[in-house]
Amino acid sequence: MSVTTTAALRAPEAAGRGRLKGLFEDERRLAFALLFPTMLLLGLFIAYPFVKGVMLSLTNAKVGEPGEWVGLANFAKIWNDAIFRTAVWNTFWYTAVTTVFKLALGLWLAVLLNRHFRGKAFVRAFILLPFIIPTVLSTFAWKWMFDPTFSVLNWSFYKLGLIGGRINWLGDPDLAMASVMIVNIWRGVPFYAISLLAGLQTISPELHEAAAIDGARPWQRFWHVTWPLLLPVTMVVVLFSVIQTFADFQLVYVLTGGGPANATHLFATYAYQIAIGTGLLSEGAAISLAMFPVLFLVVVVQLLYIRRVETR
Amino acid sequence: MVRPIRRRRALAISGAGVAASAAGGLAGVLASGRAPAYAQAATIHWLRWNDFVPASDQLLRREIAQECQRALGIRLNIETINANDIQARITSAVQSGSGPDIVCVLNNWAQLYGQSTANVDDVAEAIGAAQGGFYETSRTVAHDGQRWVGVPWSIVGLQIAYRKSWFAEVGYERFPQTWEEYRDAGRKLKAKGRPIGQTLGHTFGDAPAFAYPYLWSWGGKEVEADGRTVVLNTPQTVESVRFMTAFWREAHDEGGLAWDDSNNNRAFLSGSICATLNGASIYVEALRRPQAYQTERGTPMKDDIGHAPLPRGPGGQFSYHVPFTNILMRYSRQQEAAKRFLAWIGSREVFDKWFVSQKGFSVGPTRIWEQHPLWNEDPVMLPYRTAAQTGRFAGYAGPSNRKAAEVLTKYILTDMYAKAVQGMAPEQAVREAHEELVRIYGAA
Repeated sequence: MSVTTTAALRAPEAAGRGRLKGLFEDERRLAFALLFPTMLLLGLFIAYPFVKGVMLSLTNAKVGEPGEWVGLANFAKIWNDAIFRTAVWNTFWYTAVTTVFKLALGLWLAVLLNRHFRGKAFVRAFILLPFIIPTVLSTFAWKWMFDPTFSVLNWSFYKLGLIGGRINWLGDPDLAMASVMIVNIWRGVPFYAISLLAGLQTISPELHEAAAIDGARPWQRFWHVTWPLLLPVTMVVVLFSVIQTFADFQLVYVLTGGGPANATHLFATYAYQIAIGTGLLSEGAAISLAMFPVLFLVVVVQLLYIRRVETR
Repeated sequence: MVRPIRRRRALAISGAGVAASAAGGLAGVLASGRAPAYAQAATIHWLRWNDFVPASDQLLRREIAQECQRALGIRLNIETINANDIQARITSAVQSGSGPDIVCVLNNWAQLYGQSTANVDDVAEAIGAAQGGFYETSRTVAHDGQRWVGVPWSIVGLQIAYRKSWFAEVGYERFPQTWEEYRDAGRKLKAKGRPIGQTLGHTFGDAPAFAYPYLWSWGGKEVEADGRTVVLNTPQTVESVRFMTAFWREAHDEGGLAWDDSNNNRAFLSGSICATLNGASIYVEALRRPQAYQTERGTPMKDDIGHAPLPRGPGGQFSYHVPFTNILMRYSRQQEAAKRFLAWIGSREVFDKWFVSQKGFSVGPTRIWEQHPLWNEDPVMLPYRTAAQTGRFAGYAGPSNRKAAEVLTKYILTDMYAKAVQGMAPEQAVREAHEELVRIYGAA
């Protein structure tokens, strides 16, 4: 009797274990089970806000007013908005210039840091400082350095005899954009340098030695050995950087607020001004979403390129 | 002689008390379905800016909060943040339906959140009636034409703070009365390395507080009284821009294009500029630390500071002051308590304490505060006393509604002048600003 009872109790347990085993042995089910938490997180924190943003941009919602469906009216409105057009141009210009400089300086720094010298670990850690400090904090320091009246840069240049009068860093439209770019480059170079340094360290020194034995000069070794092997990493780094730079907000918001006369407005700062400052949530969402096709195109092109390089 | 209480007796008494209250009290609470009075004390969360006069924030947190608890049984939770962050907080609070019960907003932001604010007609009307009526500036930003969307709180008056001795040196014992005179004085002072400091940057206070009344003083305006017909592009406006370009070049500190609301304070107190449009914060700071802020002659700068209104133009003399309004959020579950609080803190007796702590930096929203004895204490502050009388607000000659707020937050008028001083032809700067206004005011 007791044996029968025990067996009866064990039977469902074994069946349950069998089902679980079956689940894990079925690769499709296992894959789904393992991916589910990630899918849930992505859905909650990426897909839902994105879809919500799209829906918002198709209404005339304002703060506290759900609004009605207006189709593409918000996109038509911003298309005719001179400040938006300025922000579009600024964003492209800002992203292009800073990306080129960040890549060039980051690569240069990475190659230097890849060499052996005393205090290498300390220098590598020190290089990361601009990237570690919170953006708002470091930007406030830069704001002080560019201050129209008390700029420490102007003071230094003046004392060194390099300038006779003040440089209007943030008051002149071109200089204001240049100033914002300088800060972005300063902050972005460590990310490039460290990421590319990691890439450089995966390249076998034997390849360089072989090239050197074959008579390749340093530049030729870089161009024909290092660069092709570093390209996939570089593409990924550039991809991340372009996305971040294109959607930059904090830096411009703190340094110039988009001024003078909208000379430094980017997509994100203008979207914030319209959505939060003016309460036009739907229009702000439309401005934000105007970034999407461009970024999507950048991502697709770069990912295709990376795949081609990797399968070569 | 006091009779000692033994431990056993003390326990018996307290035990009986607890038992009695538990039996009777709990039964009573359950029967009535209401929490006992001590648990019902409402808490009001009041969001405000970080005041330029820190003593006022301290007064609110300590003295006023305690008095509020005593007088109304309301626990006051005061949160202060940077003024530029208030709108972000309101937006998230409104969209999520939870957050501060009352928000003290600047400018005409109350109009942006009209749909999300509770009706406070009774409170506002009572305060206005008891205190001689609200200034037009306070009314226009807090009333949407149908109802009060907020209760006017105060007005930060803006006047030109200037160095009396420097203006006297160039022949102006009395502060310039017209733009022509101001330009002449500025030209002479800039030649001595003492330019006028004025922001034309993207900043919520000083920039529009200069651009709007400057435009009005030349006879320009955004719209007609209907609030729809844009009339910016007129010869008067073009002339104001043309004058400004020369005025800027000859008399101003070019760095002003990038200034926020605090740059001019620092520039003035460091002796870099001769005059700037500002609240009284420059003078208040110079008064607070006379040893730190001194003139080139080694005397306290506070004794060399004067205040004057913006000069007169062909169209008259106007001003733009920064009004503050308390909006009661519709989502708040403390509607009744919040209204009681607003009526209480806006009452003459309670507001008086806060008003005095401001030392003239803020004037009241109603005319009665012009009669306050505070104004007899310091003649330098006297120009702020009646400053709000000439105040207009963004959107003039129409209502200061959401569209006016959009023009204001996009800095369209400020940028009109900024673009011109950077080299754009005055006609083009005005035309572009006019087109922007047409898009905003003409939209549904």
